[in-house]
Amino acid sequence: MKQLLVFIRKEFYHVFRDQRTLLILFGLPTAQILLFGFTLSSEVKNVNLAVVDFARDVVSQQIITKIQSSSYFNLQQSVMRYDDMQRAFREGKIKAAVIFPTNFNDDLRHLGTAQVQLITDASDPNTAKIITNYITAILGGYQQQLNAVAAVPHQIQTETRMLYNPDMNGSLNFIPGVLALILMIVCTTLTSVSIVREKELGTMEVLLVSPFKPILVLIAKAVPYLVLSLLDFILILLLSVYVLNVRVQGSIFLLFGESALFIICCLSLGLLISNVTASQQVAMLISMMGMMLPTMLFTGFMFPIENMPVPLQVISNLVPSRWYYLIVKAIMLKGLGFGAVWKETVVLVSMTLVLLGISLKNFNIRLA
Amino acid sequence: MRVLSFLLRKEFRQIFRDKSILALIFMLPTIQLIIMPLAANFDVKNVNLVLVDHDHSPYSQRLISKIGSSGYFRIIENSRSFNEALRLVEANQADLVLEIPAGFEREFVREGAQKLSLAVDAINGTKAALGGAYLSQIVTDFNTDVRLEWLQPGRFSTASVIDVTASNWFNPLGKYQFFMVPGILVLLLTMVGGFLSALNIVREKEIGTIEQINVTPIQKWQFILGKMIPFWVLGLIVFTIGLLIARLIYGIVPVGSLATLYLFAGVYLVALLGFGLLISTYSDTQVQAMFVAFFFIMIFILMSGLFTSIDSMPVWARTIAYLTPVTHFIEVMRMIVLKGSSLANVKWQLLYEVIFAIILNGWAIWNYRKTT
Repeated sequence: MKQLLVFIRKEFYHVFRDQRTLLILFGLPTAQILLFGFTLSSEVKNVNLAVVDFARDVVSQQIITKIQSSSYFNLQQSVMRYDDMQRAFREGKIKAAVIFPTNFNDDLRHLGTAQVQLITDASDPNTAKIITNYITAILGGYQQQLNAVAAVPHQIQTETRMLYNPDMNGSLNFIPGVLALILMIVCTTLTSVSIVREKELGTMEVLLVSPFKPILVLIAKAVPYLVLSLLDFILILLLSVYVLNVRVQGSIFLLFGESALFIICCLSLGLLISNVTASQQVAMLISMMGMMLPTMLFTGFMFPIENMPVPLQVISNLVPSRWYYLIVKAIMLKGLGFGAVWKETVVLVSMTLVLLGISLKNFNIRLA
Repeated sequence: MRVLSFLLRKEFRQIFRDKSILALIFMLPTIQLIIMPLAANFDVKNVNLVLVDHDHSPYSQRLISKIGSSGYFRIIENSRSFNEALRLVEANQADLVLEIPAGFEREFVREGAQKLSLAVDAINGTKAALGGAYLSQIVTDFNTDVRLEWLQPGRFSTASVIDVTASNWFNPLGKYQFFMVPGILVLLLTMVGGFLSALNIVREKEIGTIEQINVTPIQKWQFILGKMIPFWVLGLIVFTIGLLIARLIYGIVPVGSLATLYLFAGVYLVALLGFGLLISTYSDTQVQAMFVAFFFIMIFILMSGLFTSIDSMPVWARTIAYLTPVTHFIEVMRMIVLKGSSLANVKWQLLYEVIFAIILNGWAIWNYRKTT
């Protein structure tokens, strides 16, 4: 035991001596969580919209004013002709265009129905869909105003309540997601590199001939990174609470415990990667280039996992951050207790055990 | 020139010697480009809805079947109470709860007004907003249907109706993959180029071989160019493979000119590699270089406008987004591939990449001289 402590202390010296790396390890996640906390949101606002108004009558003007007054759109009044509109789409200057036909007001008055044409840039289908919804809603509101004179009986109204997020804070969903993403990539890469580095430099052999069990070597190497990662987690949490105004609704101790579990799981994954690789470069390419995009997409904070094809849903189960993200969302945002996250916890524990088991077995074989 | 060709031969040999890295450079992007676009799907179709029907009347049944047949919702379960439904939301099994109050039919027919309450899991903003919007639309339609039944048609038609006909340009079927594949290809290219070049010079520093180069009469710009050209070639090969995958697997054939696309990719790679080499000249160890590269590349990716809309960011963030070269390349890729935009349409973005390339490469050469 005493031996282990001495060893851990040595590893700590090792890590803390390199101050530049430390600065990077704490500075980067800080900057990232702040940047993404303030900028990422799933809202669609300030869409550049052109109006092609062939009608130029009272009604079309009223509708244009209504569109203008919503925060969703930036109206590009200058674009008036059809060819101009086409060019603006090609140059990426507008995302949508509303076209009023010549007889708009007449049709509406005499025929009781008039058409507005909406053209969207569907090279981004999601934004296009949201824009269509907004415009339809604005026109629907205008229509109601128009018909308000004739009282309409038999009306159903819908009262909508926003659960967990009454202010509709657009970044709320991204903070647990980015937290899971940063922790996973940083922890995994750190461990994977630290062990492979000793292999590359040849110092691992020295450690292995010492009267020291291999598992203790691994533990001693992992402890400083566990501490560092936990500090990183605390820092990110403080920033989200005090700077980004995302309150922790549930138990902070539970959140801390689950985060420690997740970090240990990532460290085990790092161990496994460093076992199968021979150089720092390969280890880093696998843990960064190979894992960044899949982690981002399979964590589930950007694209709903239930929308993915079934084989990909199966694969997403293998990504630890997916489970951690569910845990953080439940504890931090919804204020739920352990009862709501025990399944996810079991998954993380099993993953950790399996990863550790494979790495240790591999490690022992290499020694022999 | 002769010196440069020797250098290049050495660098190429170094790359091709390590078969595992070479395999990674080609395999990782290829596999990811085949799989990832399928995961990045924002078709809001399967909105999970829990119903709490206190009424159990023919009218509430009609409303429910109208919701069910719309194709957007998956009705999870009929719960007996709101709290029971809320538990399903807590367990992430439901996104929306629609509560139909007792006496819905009676009130609706007799009193002429009725309220439905809708609770939305607002953590996931898009799904909540779109799901809520769809549901309101359905309720409005239902309302109109019922009203038409109860009122004489003559009286109702005095209300005027504005129809919206929406047309989707450039991607009429609204296929999400058409949007994602070009973007993801750019991201993969960015990762390959960015990480490899960031690791390169610092690796020679760590191993000690850079000392040997420093004592030779090689010019600094030759050294940087020797480092850059092999990665530039590799990057263009990865880009070509990516375009082939887009064509063969996703059926995406660029509408615009391939020459413009390659011109832009070539300039973009020079800019990006300069960025990686700059990181490399500043770092002491590969780990440092990797984390700094990770930091910037993650910002490039998340602020590129591929996953969230740049327009809805605060103004200062929009400035950062437009400073990153990835944003412009993704925009241009989509413009050329999907809209058929010409070189004239993208000239400003191209100019930006050229400036970015000159500044970063100049800086890398200058900084490399300082560290020797």
